[in-house]
Amino acid sequence: MRRLPPAALIGLVFTGLYFFGAIFAGLIAPYGMAEVVGDRWEPWSAAHPLGTDSIGRDLLSRMIWGGQTTIFVATAATLLSFTLGSVLGFVAAVRGGFVDQLLSRFVDLIMSIPSLIFALAVLSVTPVTVPVLILVMGLLDSTRVFRLARAVAVDVTVMDFVEAAKLRGERTGWIIFREILPNALSPLIAEMGLRFIFMVLFISTLSFLGLGVQPPLADWGGIVKENREGIVWGVPAALVPAFAIATLAISVNLVADWILNRTSSLKGGRGG
Amino acid sequence: MADRLLEIENLRIEATAYPPGEPPREVVLVKGVSLTLERGKVLGLIGESGAGKSTIGLASMAYGRSGVRLTGGAVRLNGRDLMKEPASGLRALRGKEATYVAQSAAAAFNPAKRLMEQVVEAALAHGVASRKEAEARAVRLFGKLGLPEPETIGRRYPHQVSGGQLQRVMTAMALCPEPDLVIFDEPTTALDVTTQIEVLAAIKEAIRDTGVAALYITHDLAVVAQVADHILVLRGGEAVEYGETQQIITAPREEYTRALVSVRSIEHEEKPEGAEPVLSVRGVTARYRGTGFDVLSDVSVDLPAGQTLAVVGESGSGKSTLARVITGLLPAREGEIDFAGRRLSPALAGRSRDDLREIQMIYQMADTAMNPRQTVGTIIGRPLSFYFGLRGEARRRRVQELLDQIEMGSGFIDRYPAELSGGQKQRVCIARALAAKPRLIICDEVTSALDPLVADGVLKLLLRLQAEEGVAYLFITHDIATVRAIADRIAVMYRGRVQRYGPKSAVLSPPFDDYTDLLLASVPEMRRGWLEEALERRRMESAGN
Amino acid sequence: MHPVLILVARRVALGVLLLWAASVLLFAGTMILPGDVAQSILGQSATPVALANLRAELGLNDPPLTRYLNWLGGVLQGDLGTALTNGQDIAEALGRRLGNTLFLAATAAVIAVPLAIGLGLLAARYRDRWPDKVISTFTLATVSIPEFLLGYIAIFFLSVNFRIFPSLAAVHEGMSLGERLYAVSLPALVLVLVVLGHMMRMTRAAILNVMESAYVETAELKGLRPFAVVARHAFPNAVAPVVNVVMLNLAYLVVGVVVVEVVFVYPGMGQYLVDHVSKRDVPVVQACGLIFAAVYIGLNLVADIVSIVSNPRLRHPK
Repeated sequence: MRRLPPAALIGLVFTGLYFFGAIFAGLIAPYGMAEVVGDRWEPWSAAHPLGTDSIGRDLLSRMIWGGQTTIFVATAATLLSFTLGSVLGFVAAVRGGFVDQLLSRFVDLIMSIPSLIFALAVLSVTPVTVPVLILVMGLLDSTRVFRLARAVAVDVTVMDFVEAAKLRGERTGWIIFREILPNALSPLIAEMGLRFIFMVLFISTLSFLGLGVQPPLADWGGIVKENREGIVWGVPAALVPAFAIATLAISVNLVADWILNRTSSLKGGRGG
Repeated sequence: MADRLLEIENLRIEATAYPPGEPPREVVLVKGVSLTLERGKVLGLIGESGAGKSTIGLASMAYGRSGVRLTGGAVRLNGRDLMKEPASGLRALRGKEATYVAQSAAAAFNPAKRLMEQVVEAALAHGVASRKEAEARAVRLFGKLGLPEPETIGRRYPHQVSGGQLQRVMTAMALCPEPDLVIFDEPTTALDVTTQIEVLAAIKEAIRDTGVAALYITHDLAVVAQVADHILVLRGGEAVEYGETQQIITAPREEYTRALVSVRSIEHEEKPEGAEPVLSVRGVTARYRGTGFDVLSDVSVDLPAGQTLAVVGESGSGKSTLARVITGLLPAREGEIDFAGRRLSPALAGRSRDDLREIQMIYQMADTAMNPRQTVGTIIGRPLSFYFGLRGEARRRRVQELLDQIEMGSGFIDRYPAELSGGQKQRVCIARALAAKPRLIICDEVTSALDPLVADGVLKLLLRLQAEEGVAYLFITHDIATVRAIADRIAVMYRGRVQRYGPKSAVLSPPFDDYTDLLLASVPEMRRGWLEEALERRRMESAGN
Repeated sequence: MHPVLILVARRVALGVLLLWAASVLLFAGTMILPGDVAQSILGQSATPVALANLRAELGLNDPPLTRYLNWLGGVLQGDLGTALTNGQDIAEALGRRLGNTLFLAATAAVIAVPLAIGLGLLAARYRDRWPDKVISTFTLATVSIPEFLLGYIAIFFLSVNFRIFPSLAAVHEGMSLGERLYAVSLPALVLVLVVLGHMMRMTRAAILNVMESAYVETAELKGLRPFAVVARHAFPNAVAPVVNVVMLNLAYLVVGVVVVEVVFVYPGMGQYLVDHVSKRDVPVVQACGLIFAAVYIGLNLVADIVSIVSNPRLRHPK
């Protein structure tokens, strides 16, 4: 194995830490999610390392519980967008022709509307619950995964070794899973990191706008919304999630960069 | 002393390499090379890839591509040490005293500017001539280089002229500021052989007429023998041998030079006619979907069992399409293909497993022909399990036998393609084809991407395997020397048709049809004066017509 | 006809087609999905009669196609319908807000575009040296923080702690340009930060791509001054990719506006949209969505047209 570069190590440690916190929130969090334990916006103290929030709940506990929601929603949406996008992308690349045209044009259409706007339009008529959020985010974002998966698969499909496998008489299954997939995997995994970051930002934004996770359930975007008035009084409670989101995003980014650098260079982005 | 234009002394060049996923490391590209070039003379730099010849060429203008540094020795042009010159001094001499002709003119021209604008640019920037004078000179050069419509061709954009023409425009661009030295970096390598001879002749004439000195960089000794007064042989960044052109090609002193000179001189005795054909192509016509013209029309060839049919032609002649039709990737529109006594279905989907097994294919780019995520053992082993159901230890033993057969030892079975050299990769592809126990192997330009010595090794291996296994080859190539080395029968293709077809001795003997004549006469021979003779013959023939 | 014109015309037609398809999608997304607008408006305690009346009034009983055609017909004549919640004419309410939003976006763009191109050039010029590294670290930081948090960080430090800029971007009729600019200074700053990173990184990539090409090497080997190399050889070929980058990021900025307006309580279209999504005011959501989509499609269209027009192979066919 090659030695791990320090940036990747930092990324892995922080990513691991956040996921650990999310999974074991119930064991780690000092207080309950909606438990009122003090006055509003108490400053940092030994009892409340991050102070209390707008109605006197322990902010650290809120952050840990909120991290659980945010990471869970983002992970679920990423998995959905990834499975759907990459399966359809591969199918489009390998089958080509009519199937490819149909799928690609439909994706062009969905992507001609900014995804936040599209999500808002859909959420204006559907009930705003966690499953609906995961579904809407995952479906909208699968268009991006589709484009990448298709592009990567098309690049691999034109390689001579794929032709050699076809000439040998191999079945489509072998060609997709043994010849194409191993060569398409690392850009896709790196992209998965970027999609995950995008999902964290997306759900936080929706919650902040009041159209995401609904109170009393905590999530990072919602914590900002709950504590936003504090800002003008000089209470930095709303900035705590900023730190959490930024460090999570940066560490996942570092891991994704590392995976990508080990192979080819492909562009990824946060997109619209 | 006065007529020493360029002196390079003990030049050392280093670069930083960035292998993916590994820390950067320093590599030495050129290790203490010295050379001298007198005014008005031509020095040929010859060597295989990685010899450092292009790096030295650019270094004589004190230019290093990104990450390349001149770290030792001296480069003197017109008596000045370029390594001590400031940037402004170097700018003053680049494009004025020394100019450069790149291998790919298509990439070296700015796509957004007209040709004339780019040709006169250096002369204007250095104040060598007024725009009017420079343009007049460019037009004269265009004419001298045999470009059509020399008066107006300068108004075109780079994508509006052909590759051979662009290479000549680039030569005009290099000569326009009347430099003392022109560096030609593989100027004809990317061209078809019939175009190469024209460009080569144009370059030679221009050098003679202007009296400019030149560094001529190439991997092809026969080409450089036509233009150079002296030759410097390079290998792995070091000088191997220096001498007059005549001496290098007739009496090389070093082992390596001898190998380079004798390269492509494999002689192969043609096998007797009369054997049953293993492959018989009858009246095949094919076109690609969505296009309105036939890439192949009415192609008929036979390939006797255990023999080699060379399909030769230039780019666009349809030779690779023929391979696609035979393999079933591109079903023929008309015509039949008989293989081993049975009629082949035109499309891949309609062929039996035995049909697929008995026709194997080897590609030009061994790099893309192997899955980079599979080991050599998996790559060669897959046909063994797929066709013969071999598993585990039995399969591994057979893979090792095949590796031995292609002269690769036991250390390779668990390696990945990236860990192999170019020649080794191509050998593994050969082993993969052999694993299927085929009766026919289609070889598509399998030696064109390899250095000449490596290519020779692969050709010898193919000949030996044919003798051992009795497999037939359909050998697609643009290179006549390769054809001579390996073919029993030859089909010359031109614009989708078979121009000439028969046993090697008959195809390569007169009387010729016009195209075959042109093709054969365009292949550089390793003797001085060949270029003049070839041109003279061309002139006589066109006068005779 | 010149092939470039044909290509441009084809691309414009495609843009119109996309916009039309987007309208169908927005309509379908808001009308056919489960959930009843009438129920949403009147709440759970509404009587069946009231619900039925409201449904009839809103035309909810017509088949979807009829409703779509009615809506589209109105949109084409500039009639965006009336808001369910307060009965206001949407076109009228949107007019002023659209102006405010465009003002904010334009202010941000005027700062961000030259800055991003300048910094992108700088990063490309000093590739892999410290200016490049500083810029790429900064980029990583800004693309990792959502815009609403950038907004609050800006408010916390710049307006609460140091009291340099106003925390709320209140604009109203009769403000002078200077006052307006001061009012939008913080939201504009946040928008600049939001798009700067990407625009810079992509500009850098576009420039490096051109600078590494063989024709730039040819120009250097002609002994041209660095300025001439860039101005005559690199720049003409870099314009199209850079314009592309700028357009794509401006399209992104249009979305960023939505959130930033909410943070700074700025009376623009984004805030209007978000308000009415919570109130489930479907006609307003459709109208706003369509306008956002139109701007987005339009910017992408401009980017593609610039690529077509600046391609020498298309401009000067063989």
